[in-house]
Amino acid sequence: MCRLSAIISDEYFSPMENIMALETMKEGHDGSGLGLILRNLGGAFEELKENPILSGICSKESIPILDEFMVKLGFRTKHLWTPKISLKKGMSIKKRDFYFARAYEYPDWAQDADQQTKENLLLKTRLEIRNMGLADDTMYVFSFWPDMITLKEVGDPLEVGEFFGLDQKPLLAKTILAQGRQNTNYAINLYACHPFFIQGNGTMTNGENTAFVPIREFLTGRGIPGYVGYRSDSEVFVHILHYIRHELKFPLKYYKDVIMPLFDREMGERSDRKAIELLKRVLRPLTIDGPNCIIGFDQSGTIFMTQDSKKLRPGVVGGVPGKYALMSEVCGLDAAVPDRDTSKDVFPMKYDLVMVDEEVKEIKVWNQKHGSMSTVN
Amino acid sequence: MESKTRLDVNGQLTIKDLPYFIHWNPDKCTRCGQCTSVCPNQAIEPAVFVSRLVSSEGSLPMPATVRTTYHGIRQVTDIEHYCVGCGMCALVCPNGAIYPEYNPANKFLINQNRGGAPLKRGGRRNDPNTSTLDKLKFTRISMLTDPALDAGRHEFHIRTLLGRNISPDQLPLTVKDDDLCLDETVFVPPVREIFPIRIGGMSFGALSPNMWEGLAMGVAYLNEVEKIPVVMCTGEGGMPTRLLKSRFLKYFILQIASGYFGWDEIIHAIPHMKEDPAAIEIKYGQGAKPGDGGLLMAFKVLDLIAKVRGIPMKIDLASPPTHQTKYSIEEAVAKMIISMSMAFGFRVPVYPKISGTKTALAVLNNLARNPFAGALTIDGEDGGTGAAYNVSMDKMGHPIASNLRDCYLNLVKIGKQNELPIFAAGGVGKTGNLAANAAALIMLGASGVDCGKYIMQAAAGCLGDEQNRCNLCNVGRCPKGITTQNPRLYRRLDPDLVAERVVDVFKAADTELKKIFAPMGRSTQLPIGMSDGLSVSDRQIAERLQIDYAC
Repeated sequence: MCRLSAIISDEYFSPMENIMALETMKEGHDGSGLGLILRNLGGAFEELKENPILSGICSKESIPILDEFMVKLGFRTKHLWTPKISLKKGMSIKKRDFYFARAYEYPDWAQDADQQTKENLLLKTRLEIRNMGLADDTMYVFSFWPDMITLKEVGDPLEVGEFFGLDQKPLLAKTILAQGRQNTNYAINLYACHPFFIQGNGTMTNGENTAFVPIREFLTGRGIPGYVGYRSDSEVFVHILHYIRHELKFPLKYYKDVIMPLFDREMGERSDRKAIELLKRVLRPLTIDGPNCIIGFDQSGTIFMTQDSKKLRPGVVGGVPGKYALMSEVCGLDAAVPDRDTSKDVFPMKYDLVMVDEEVKEIKVWNQKHGSMSTVN
Repeated sequence: MESKTRLDVNGQLTIKDLPYFIHWNPDKCTRCGQCTSVCPNQAIEPAVFVSRLVSSEGSLPMPATVRTTYHGIRQVTDIEHYCVGCGMCALVCPNGAIYPEYNPANKFLINQNRGGAPLKRGGRRNDPNTSTLDKLKFTRISMLTDPALDAGRHEFHIRTLLGRNISPDQLPLTVKDDDLCLDETVFVPPVREIFPIRIGGMSFGALSPNMWEGLAMGVAYLNEVEKIPVVMCTGEGGMPTRLLKSRFLKYFILQIASGYFGWDEIIHAIPHMKEDPAAIEIKYGQGAKPGDGGLLMAFKVLDLIAKVRGIPMKIDLASPPTHQTKYSIEEAVAKMIISMSMAFGFRVPVYPKISGTKTALAVLNNLARNPFAGALTIDGEDGGTGAAYNVSMDKMGHPIASNLRDCYLNLVKIGKQNELPIFAAGGVGKTGNLAANAAALIMLGASGVDCGKYIMQAAAGCLGDEQNRCNLCNVGRCPKGITTQNPRLYRRLDPDLVAERVVDVFKAADTELKKIFAPMGRSTQLPIGMSDGLSVSDRQIAERLQIDYAC
């Protein structure tokens, strides 16, 4: 089973906090990999909020190919971060040549372009680089987006954290998602490792997605170039989120109504009943059917957790104003935010979408059945 | 003068030429005559036989031979009165003295074209081989990584949508104060939520009044008491006017076919309808007899049917092979869909039904571009019929599995698989696996399925099978009273018992569908297109259907 660890804070913190939380939940995962997404970055990247950051891994031979490609497109390097690799004896990690997070200046023609043009440029560029490396696995690229870095590697999460030197010279961020397991339902592949990301939206998931194939077929028919990959059945969750938030531009709470729609008889209390009835019908193939616990963030920076009605995957949210954590298990929450009022911990039930926005002042619980929002702080 | 001993047998058949042998046991037979009176094809007749008896009387053995006569049953070898193998004789015999047996070496088809008229019959394709649908297995069983659900305790929603769904980018929704608001001034096509197994079109005319009434009662009970929203298609020929004006109309799909039979009554009833029908099905083709129109032979056009259809009694009602107004799919079919939609105030889904064909994709693509097309039903070669030429039934048509799969994958390619539902028919439950066949078709991409023959067999004991058994539907001599308009025959059928069995069938299928979907971890939505759940142990089928091969 996967274990998930997400933390949002109003101060910069190290991803080692997420990794240590994963370590406490180790009985629940097989330690086969680590995926990290850091957003709202600190350190050297704090001054580069508008610059898109390309996160990936290259072989020695493909470094110049990538550089040449980016130069040709007009992207100019602004800042390069590479981890200080520390491959200690006993670590089972197989080191790859070049891990990087590189901040770029937009090409001149795109400097003053509108947001949509820039977003499409970043997506297109990431997909092209991805395709360049697919044949021989010489080039992986996980995200290309401002103020966001993705790191992924196969191995025990704590070892991977140390391998990247995050315990010595950490990257800092205000929102970090970490997942402590490689995808083991399908082949081990870095592109199968959560969290997944597309145009400002990211998710990671615990549980198998039984409705994967029909959902994938529906998504790929939308004509959106980023809906590719699917080395993991969980990648569809981020694409659904992107479709709801980025393409249809619906509020985040409707993500719940799309992937886990209410039965018609349960819709009576919703003032938007007619809208969600139609939404359920029209987006019927996106119903996930579970069992899944999903943690993610949307393009506004709000971080959330939700579960389907089968509720066969653990999940808890808690914290204090200024720092909240969304974890698979309470022990992980205890590790991340030990000094909190545990009576205010939220265990999302089947109708709940639990959210914490970037102000980090409170937990909001959207109850899908009652159509009500409550807060815990 | 011709010799008495000449053995000329020109044109005569032997029993071995016929499709069924009659086994009659003179020792058990009580000569009650029930078998001969019930035989729908007069294939057996009373006869006098001669017997040689050797006996001895007195104290010493003095054998003597005497010839005696006795009465019994003889199988007729006249091709017009061949034994159809229905087995009604065995059913009524009080002493188990008679039964038919299939003769695999028969020469029936070779002889059944007397007078230059090819064989016409009812029933289905005579092919007893295992169908593709029966070869498909459900192999994605949830284990450990994803616990299976409990079919008995978990809540399942075994429902599908009938009707056109709009594209997500056409959603008339706006965001106001973080809520979605529906713009109700925008037209959204009607959609019905129904049980994914429907009763396919069997006409009031092809079916006896008792059979039709039994089905209708069963469907109403399922909806109103069991809360299983099963719908039933009328077939061509309309339905009784009192039902058109009743609140039960919502459980029926009204079919319009190329003869437009019954539609005069329907059009006149529209202003008096309390409910809208579930849908309108425009029949362009039928899987059992592709390219042929409907056929209700004169034997069955009696008083009630003539009234409902608005025609004289006792004439053959042959619907044309195609709608006379149809000269192009782009225009005429679209117009017909719009006309029918308009007649019901755009509140009722309207969709075409075609027979399985290599050209199904062309039809599908046209419908996909027509925003008023509510669905497409494709009827495969294993569908049944009340009357058709044998050659149409046996040799014409397309299997449903690959036809459906091609169409579904094409919808996937153009991103419209949720906008235009496909219903699959033809051989669903052919060997009794109703729920399994339905689930397999759903996982290949069908939104739902139709069944006809299955329900006739399960609900009323139809005797037909894939070895040409019975199949007298066309001549109105159905010995079970299912496909006849002869009151002496259809009074054999109790409509209440038919209704009870209809309810049994759908309740059982509902449970079986849960038993299939639960181990696959699916409960909230029907697994339409969940092809990763299917496997087959035939590589060519696997490749053709783009599913896994497992052995």
